[in-house]
Amino acid sequence: MAMMGNSDVDLINDAAHLAEVRGRSLWQDAWARFFRNKAAVAGLIVLIAVTLFAIFGSYFAKYEPDFVDFSLMGANAYRGVPSIETGHYFGVDQDGRDLFARVVQGTGISLLVGVIGAIVAVFLGTLYGAVAGYLGGRVDSIMMRIVDILLSIPFMFVLILMLVIFGRSLLMLFIGIGLISWLNMARIARGQTLTIKNKEFVEAAIATGVSPFTIILRHIVPNLAGIVIVYATLLVPEIILFESFVSYLGLGVQEPNTSLGALINLGARQMNNGTLWMLLYPLAFFLITLFAFFFVGDGLRDALDPKDR
Amino acid sequence: MTFKTKLLATTAAALIATGGAVWADGHATHPVTGETLASEQSFSYSILDDFPSIDPQFVEDVEGSSVARDLFEGLMVESASGEALPGVAESFEVSEDGLTYTFTLRENAVWSNGDPVVAGDFVYGLQRAADPANASPYSWYIEVMGVENAGAVIAGEMPVEDLGVSAPDDRTVVYTIDAPRPYFPQMLTFPTTFPANRAAVEAGGDNYTDPGNFVSNGAYVLSEYVPGEKLVRVRNESYWNNDATIIDEVTALIINDSNQALTRYLAGEIDLVMDVPAGQFPRLSAEYPGEALSFPSSCSYYYLINHTDSGNPALQDPNVRAALSLAVDRGVIVDNILAGGQKEAYTFTHWAVSGWQTPDIDIASMSQEERNAKAQELMAAAGYGTDGEPLTVEILYNTSDSHRSIAVAIGQMWKQTLGVETELANQEWATYLDTRGEQNYQVARAGWCADYNEPSTYLDLFTSGSSYNDGKFVNEEIDALMAEAKTAEDAMPLYMEVERIASEETAIIPIYHYASVRMKDENLANWPTENFLQNWYSKDLYITAGE
Amino acid sequence: MFSFIVKRLAIAVPTLLILVIFSFVLMFAAPGGPFDSERPLPPEVMANVLERYGLDQPYWKQMFDYVKNVVLHFDFGPSFQYRDRTVNDVIAQGFPVTLTYGAWSALVAVIVGVSLGVAAAIRQNTWLDYFAVGITIGAQALPNFVMAPILVLIFTLWLGWLPGGGWNGGQWDHVIMPVIALSTSYMASIARITRSSMLEVMNSNFIRTALAKGLPMRRVIWRHALKPAMLPVISYLGPAMVGMITGSVVVDVAFSTGGIGQFFVNSAFNRDYAVIMGITILVGALTILFNLLVDILYAWIDPKIRY
Repeated sequence: MAMMGNSDVDLINDAAHLAEVRGRSLWQDAWARFFRNKAAVAGLIVLIAVTLFAIFGSYFAKYEPDFVDFSLMGANAYRGVPSIETGHYFGVDQDGRDLFARVVQGTGISLLVGVIGAIVAVFLGTLYGAVAGYLGGRVDSIMMRIVDILLSIPFMFVLILMLVIFGRSLLMLFIGIGLISWLNMARIARGQTLTIKNKEFVEAAIATGVSPFTIILRHIVPNLAGIVIVYATLLVPEIILFESFVSYLGLGVQEPNTSLGALINLGARQMNNGTLWMLLYPLAFFLITLFAFFFVGDGLRDALDPKDR
Repeated sequence: MTFKTKLLATTAAALIATGGAVWADGHATHPVTGETLASEQSFSYSILDDFPSIDPQFVEDVEGSSVARDLFEGLMVESASGEALPGVAESFEVSEDGLTYTFTLRENAVWSNGDPVVAGDFVYGLQRAADPANASPYSWYIEVMGVENAGAVIAGEMPVEDLGVSAPDDRTVVYTIDAPRPYFPQMLTFPTTFPANRAAVEAGGDNYTDPGNFVSNGAYVLSEYVPGEKLVRVRNESYWNNDATIIDEVTALIINDSNQALTRYLAGEIDLVMDVPAGQFPRLSAEYPGEALSFPSSCSYYYLINHTDSGNPALQDPNVRAALSLAVDRGVIVDNILAGGQKEAYTFTHWAVSGWQTPDIDIASMSQEERNAKAQELMAAAGYGTDGEPLTVEILYNTSDSHRSIAVAIGQMWKQTLGVETELANQEWATYLDTRGEQNYQVARAGWCADYNEPSTYLDLFTSGSSYNDGKFVNEEIDALMAEAKTAEDAMPLYMEVERIASEETAIIPIYHYASVRMKDENLANWPTENFLQNWYSKDLYITAGE
Repeated sequence: MFSFIVKRLAIAVPTLLILVIFSFVLMFAAPGGPFDSERPLPPEVMANVLERYGLDQPYWKQMFDYVKNVVLHFDFGPSFQYRDRTVNDVIAQGFPVTLTYGAWSALVAVIVGVSLGVAAAIRQNTWLDYFAVGITIGAQALPNFVMAPILVLIFTLWLGWLPGGGWNGGQWDHVIMPVIALSTSYMASIARITRSSMLEVMNSNFIRTALAKGLPMRRVIWRHALKPAMLPVISYLGPAMVGMITGSVVVDVAFSTGGIGQFFVNSAFNRDYAVIMGITILVGALTILFNLLVDILYAWIDPKIRY
């Protein structure tokens, strides 16, 4: 549940550092190493499959995700067992809606929340860290002090407050999650920038009078790409988990939309009532997706870090 | 004409009826039914939320009231079926004009610290609730009771001493009210009117309600309170009728999740679950016959329509409102979603209100097919829906699983029958009330519970002057009828006319009348299933020895 | 070292101030107040209520008074929602509960996590390793709000061994399931971190040398490898401990344990700003404290770090 720990940050720093030293052939090497890692490749395949499911699954669903079958809802939901004949491949949910269509929808939204949250975090964090690291001196220390302060704020609580008070919306969720996740990225990006900024190509750029802003965008940020990819891949599952946690408190994605977390939560509530499929299908997709991200993330990190493990 | 009530006689009967457990063969038996009692007379029950307060004058929720009624005793108490019985009052007299009530207190009533319960304690209690400095959330109740000068005292324009309650001597409490109210004695069973021990209140200060400081005069005293977890009350040995009390200890467990409470009940940790998850009643009553209970409770569930300009303009058209109401298949909601003995509602007043006869209204007697057909007809006439102008209605509800399920279902009914699209918006309770109060909605889920057992407790909401009329529905005829009903000999026909007009105009969309679903251990006996307002006293319960 | 501690503590002041300001801004911006109810209070009663809680004062004055009371008297004021209690009462009630199961969870997570991680690392690519990796990934992905009802189903309903909820003054059988639910995902993270850092250390030159010299494996691990391998684990402990405090939000709801998480969620839903702020500030202060402790521990283990 906690956002990425410092040790991950250290590992990523190592990886990027070494990768940077190796120069041009880095990406080809990393690519080859990644494809030798069976778990990572399997993860990638699963991830592609899950994404395809989220995008095209609705074409296979026999029902719209918001269509209610009044004879299969509430007290009669136990009759909505998964079945090929009825077209409810995954059964129905507590409200008599087709669980297959709901899982397709939920998978899509969970992925979306994870990916957009990670992009926001990575974008903000990289830029912030790169600026702090490049400018250095007092600006750097003030900027990093702010990060320290923000890291000491119990964001889980603040996010709950924001969602309760300003109403739940996807936008609020993105803002909340983005706000929490960019801090570590900023620290990583700053660390990298400090090493990059003394390289010849940066010095050459400075000498030719390129503006600091352009240098950061043109020369620093692109060189952070490796690290950013690894961090983002590991951040996505964290955010998906986080969203499920928020959904448990009823503050996550709201009707008529749904997320895997929200579906799991609803299913878990019905656990004793003989409708276990309401929990199992969304949970299976949830776990598969997270596993895939973990494997791919680990694989990428190992690929970029040539130390033999 | 001054008449003496028959309270004295009933008192005697009650004393005989519950004259304490009789011990025989090492096992106690119930004095009336003769059932064998369990040797351990304690039970626990689960509630969803912690008590905002357990101090009778500040109690604001149902569960807090139950605790207050166990710990304290007012002038009157309720019987299992909800009639007013003598409590600390032995008898009372009503003046001819119906404006003065004189209560005589019983001599043997004492506080848990040994002080006698005197008339001044009741006066102090009521003044404490009305005192603006205390800002009791239920001070409005004293106004509803009609106690003289209540409004001015609460507003701080008069000193509390001017409140229409006095103690000419230690055994006499006199209430002066502003208009005759036949149900006035009934209102004295409410915690706001309970006595308070001034010495204990002043000595306790901020910690007055802590166990030990909380001096009470009821059948129980508070022994332990762990906020957020549990509240335990034990037999009060100094209670005047202690011999008749059978249950020794009652524990309220605070469990925020109704599924979890149910699980713990099934594991045998709890004897009574106050809130069973929606839709589980049929399964539970099949699997645990005799344990799953359902009985009418005094609330009505309805969809509020915003009649002002800030609402959806289409909803200004009575045909559209009628069509939306007709298209709601209440049977599905009551039988499938809730499935706990709730009843379909086509009018506002709860069917079980005493003396109430639900008027015959077309919509109630049609089949759902007929309703749908008529709804489509009306919608087409209004020019909206499938073949007309597209219509999207926003439904606002306060966050909760069952409100969500109902909103999802109703949205689909409107879509499938009328081609009306819906958007769902849920808000946290406080925000939701704000939005509703400011008419920033189109259609909003609402519920209303009776304050007293009479139709006007519901129907007042249709009047233009009601501050709870959040839909801002205005109808002069209804206003006139309700004004007339205040003084009418028999108000029922007037109330029925009000319902008829409200239904014709579709002022609101009534959906169902509540029922309470509980899981209760079979050995916990004498639960007052007949009590419409769901008031219960632990002192009336007992636990039988299981087989 | 001392100046480092002072510097870290100095951050505490602006952090807590930001929390206070942030909470106040949210409170003033929020629609709906703590005293709204279905039956709106008559205006005069509402005025009395607001006066009682000092909410009729201008915003800056409320904020100033609040900070003053907290700093000078450690008094967080009365709860809006629970009339008979102060925020201090609520914290005194809920915090020991959270701290109890939080501390047990931390202990379990570290002991089990480190053991599993070390075992997996020294038996790399054996069934033990795969088993450990599989378990930890599974445990990391399974949300604890799913695990909680499963635990109750098994241990309460089927086996009847443990009570399904409640706290009962922290009696041992009430503590077990909350600790399992709370510690599992952290245990998994710690195991993963331990495994990878242990592998790294075991492959480093000084350990290879030690092994080459013929020192027994067990001794090498205990004497030489474990300490450096623990560094990443320690830096993970800061966020983990904070996570266990905030994780009480789920545990309290799932097991009705009555910790601060439950009070926080209920207060947020009921607009009880006084309790919300009290708990947020307390947890903020704890976060700072934990991070400081972790840093000190880190410096103590790793002699290379100089502050």
